[in-house]
Amino acid sequence: MFLITCPFCGEREQSEFKAGGEAHIVRPKQPTELSDDEWAEYLFMRKNIKGIQFERWNHVHGCRKWFNMVRDTSNDQIKAVYKMGEKPPVK
Amino acid sequence: MSNNLRFKTSKFIDETYRVSFKFNNKTYFGFKGDTLASALLANGIHLVGRSFKYHRPRGIMTTGSEEPNAIIQLHDNSSRTEPNVRATEVEIYEGLVASSQNCWPNVNFDIGGINNLLSPILPAGFYYKTFMWPASFWEKYEYFIRKSAGLGKSPKVADPDIYEHKYIHCDVLVIGAGISGIMAAKMAAKNGFKTLLVDEKSYLGGSSIYDNSEFSKINNQITSSWLEKEINEISKIENLEIKTRTSVAAFHGYNFLLARENLTDHLPINQRENKVRQRLLKIRAKKVITATGSIERPLIFDNNDRPGIMLSSAIKKYIDLYGVACGENNILFTNNDTAYETAMSLIQRGIKINAIIDIREQIDSKISYEVEKNNIKIYKGYSVVDTYGYRRINKISIMKLSKDGQTVIGDKIKLNCDCLGISGGWTPAVHLFTQSGGKLKFREEDQVFIPNVYPSDQISIGSCNGDFGLDEIIKNTLSSIKKFLDIDNSEYKAVETISGLNQSKRNIWLLPSDKSIGKTKSFVDYQNDATAKDIKLALREGFRSIEHVKRYTTTGMGTDQGKLGNMHALGIISETAGTKMGEHGTTTFRPPYTPLTFGTIVGRNVGEFFDIFRRTPIHDWHVANNAEFENVGQWKRAWYYPKDNENMHQAVQRESKAARDSAGILDASTLGKIDIQGTDSSEFLNRVYTNAWSKLAVGKCRYGLMLNEDGMVYDDGVTTRLGENHYIMTTTTGGAANVLGKLEDYLQTEWPELDVYLSSVTDHYATISVCGPNSKKIVSKVIPDLDLSDEKFPHMSFKNAKIDNIKCRVMRISFTGEHSYEINIQANFGKSVWEKCMEAGKDFNITPYGTETMHLLRAEKGFIIVGQDTDATLTPIDLQMDWIVSKKKYDFIGKRSLYRSDTIREDRKQLVGLLTENPEEVLEEGAQIVADIKKSPIEMLGHVTSSYYSPNLKKSIALGVVKGGKNMLGQKLIIPMENKNINVTVADPVFLDKEGERLNAKL
Repeated sequence: MFLITCPFCGEREQSEFKAGGEAHIVRPKQPTELSDDEWAEYLFMRKNIKGIQFERWNHVHGCRKWFNMVRDTSNDQIKAVYKMGEKPPVK
Repeated sequence: MSNNLRFKTSKFIDETYRVSFKFNNKTYFGFKGDTLASALLANGIHLVGRSFKYHRPRGIMTTGSEEPNAIIQLHDNSSRTEPNVRATEVEIYEGLVASSQNCWPNVNFDIGGINNLLSPILPAGFYYKTFMWPASFWEKYEYFIRKSAGLGKSPKVADPDIYEHKYIHCDVLVIGAGISGIMAAKMAAKNGFKTLLVDEKSYLGGSSIYDNSEFSKINNQITSSWLEKEINEISKIENLEIKTRTSVAAFHGYNFLLARENLTDHLPINQRENKVRQRLLKIRAKKVITATGSIERPLIFDNNDRPGIMLSSAIKKYIDLYGVACGENNILFTNNDTAYETAMSLIQRGIKINAIIDIREQIDSKISYEVEKNNIKIYKGYSVVDTYGYRRINKISIMKLSKDGQTVIGDKIKLNCDCLGISGGWTPAVHLFTQSGGKLKFREEDQVFIPNVYPSDQISIGSCNGDFGLDEIIKNTLSSIKKFLDIDNSEYKAVETISGLNQSKRNIWLLPSDKSIGKTKSFVDYQNDATAKDIKLALREGFRSIEHVKRYTTTGMGTDQGKLGNMHALGIISETAGTKMGEHGTTTFRPPYTPLTFGTIVGRNVGEFFDIFRRTPIHDWHVANNAEFENVGQWKRAWYYPKDNENMHQAVQRESKAARDSAGILDASTLGKIDIQGTDSSEFLNRVYTNAWSKLAVGKCRYGLMLNEDGMVYDDGVTTRLGENHYIMTTTTGGAANVLGKLEDYLQTEWPELDVYLSSVTDHYATISVCGPNSKKIVSKVIPDLDLSDEKFPHMSFKNAKIDNIKCRVMRISFTGEHSYEINIQANFGKSVWEKCMEAGKDFNITPYGTETMHLLRAEKGFIIVGQDTDATLTPIDLQMDWIVSKKKYDFIGKRSLYRSDTIREDRKQLVGLLTENPEEVLEEGAQIVADIKKSPIEMLGHVTSSYYSPNLKKSIALGVVKGGKNMLGQKLIIPMENKNINVTVADPVFLDKEGERLNAKL
């Protein structure tokens, strides 16, 4: 079980959190202008990387804030956590 | 008790404390300090079980958790009965009852033993190959196969014991209290680290604590004496916690470990009352030191599984720790020096050693010379080729090994024995290390896997790290712990060691036989009866991956996870396939290291705490009024209120009729309620619902439908505008938490610029819905000050009101199609307001109704229930709810998906009403809908989602989804059931009062 450092609350057990899939996927501002393929790209396509992955996490049983995490999926090491809206750290 | 098997010399056995116990219905005696295994051996009993597949007689092989054979049923038929317990781990107590497993009628005469004679036709994969045809017969075979395959029996009644969970946080966790674990714990604790030391045994010191040999000394003292002083010293260190009888089950990432602490299993039953039996420790350690030691390897040769064949180190421990001789005429069979330590222990007690068979040609160590001096015959370069004796070994035959070790040569020599100790060297116990994600490397010299890459802040020390010599263990423990903890003071000044052992060994994974391999039974996995022959067969049949060979032969898949034989399986595979060891990897070691009881896993989460439930503030009234309950999410909701022995159907018919004829009352407190405030609240609702919200006037209510981005219906409910910037949203009961989460997600991540605040207030309010033609009269009695005239309080509006000076919100909304009011009041007044409504409704036959009637009433009106009529594959258009999808709004969640090529298909499943030809026939929910039953295969057009008998319409009604159903109005379809076909007609989903006259009727 991970130890996750919530950017608002500090270090907590993984059981307080919920994973929310790939990070940095922005909802299109004008969905109606998009073709089916472009919309499908936003809607369905997600990376599944063995290695460094950018993810969304939610401190659901804590402050309920969403934040981003950089995690190495090959060994589950958490490389960084940062708030929504902040730039991802350079590798 | 055979006195000549017991030696009154061990300080671990209290000979003044005699303990009686029962094994296979016979009473025996042992002493306090015995395990069931040592007590049985002291009584001359080796045969304790039958093997899994061939029902071969099996005896005790080891002294610990690695035991593959001596697995027994504890407590026989009592509520505490427990299967598959290792006799080597059970500490005996007065009144213990145990019995053998997998045998009938008894362990000495077992009918299943016939499988052993049939074994030539029962090779690996036998069941897979044989019971394949015809496929439909599997169910018949399965019954007999399951019956004859055998582990123990599960308990049939509730476990009377108490279990619990506990979190522990520490700086340093040391697993294993052998010599290196003790040293590491002392170094850590004395240097200020908050330290926890755990060991699965009841005593500290591991195998060194009974090492009284003159051949391995520390600072000129015999090892056990030196270690005793160390243990005495660490027991006084304040920041060191020591837990014995505590077995680490799992080592997860981020140094999170699970351990089982055994608290009462060693006590007589009458002393266990009200005590916690086992505790699951959830340990989070900053640093972990693994000192789990090593497990002796058996040797693999023909018939190496007879009772009386044991690990050499086990024979030593039974003598030195338990004071029990395992046999009176022993032979040791080895490939390394440790068997000579066993020999010395036997010699010291004057127990006969008939011979030592050593597969090495050259043996050069002090201890071996000492053994030879005692006139023990050592057969160098020999191997055991067969063993004899059915219920106990009585003879072996040996032959000379060829130089390359591939064959046996010369004459066969037969030797008598009643106990054969075998030693194939040692395997580091790396199970926990690999569970944590650690990577192993293979060390060629002595053919062992040792830790290589650590995934977290941890270290392995002692023999689990591949250090086997005493000098090596001490030297490396000191230096690696100093480095690991970054400390200068090791607490140990120069420690001098002497060891009479040499680390040389000759490794042959599968010893050669004079027979062909097909005629041998050389067991690799004792518990699952997997032999070397089976592994070779698997390779011949094309299996290459170790994981596949494991599953095909079931090697390592027993409750012992193949702690003894896995290495040999790998060795035989690599030798047969001509690959290098380590190339195939190892199989995965999965938690738990030793089996856990279910009690430990669930802890206190049993009974009513198993799955906690939520009650509404009116719950007690429902209970007092005979309600049956339904689980909705975590809620207990009143389902129906049977009167005078009514069944559910009768109760629901009565309730449904009353609600439409006069008045009904429903506890709707479980509906999710989200309080929405902020200047952008209207804009926010515009974005999350399909319909428009900006123009909703303060004091008005509106039904909303929420989609996922994929356009599928997600939730629905009525939202009320309480003020300019204040709304209250209701959600489905089951969806409440998820809807809040989804709204928060959008607010925080996509639309942080919106000024909107959300709070869940589901539990803050009780919601009482009063409906029916007399609802107005009832509510006017409960809230006389409130003007209920249609002009002042029309349908879909809300008013603040007071009941006995308590503020409440009243909404005129309806889920039944009747004129109805929803009173929302602070939760703790819910029950009294409900009772007031009941009192006020007395003259109008006000009838409490549950969820079932609610479902029926709304189905009459064709209102959907999200999650019952929808299943995340239906758009609002599919539900024929086009009216709620705003054409004008630029965007809302899911809008773009409503005109994807897939969602605009005409032949999607669409919601329709269904009427049966026979109005008395009620369809089954979930039943398939078809058009043509002659076609093969029959094309499934959809299924029934809701179905009831409507007492108000006096006919059966149903909702369902049907491909292209929208354009099939009036069309005949068929519901094929097991023994009949039901004819139905596609109808409008609104069955009652399509014009909504009942809602607006002048009352």
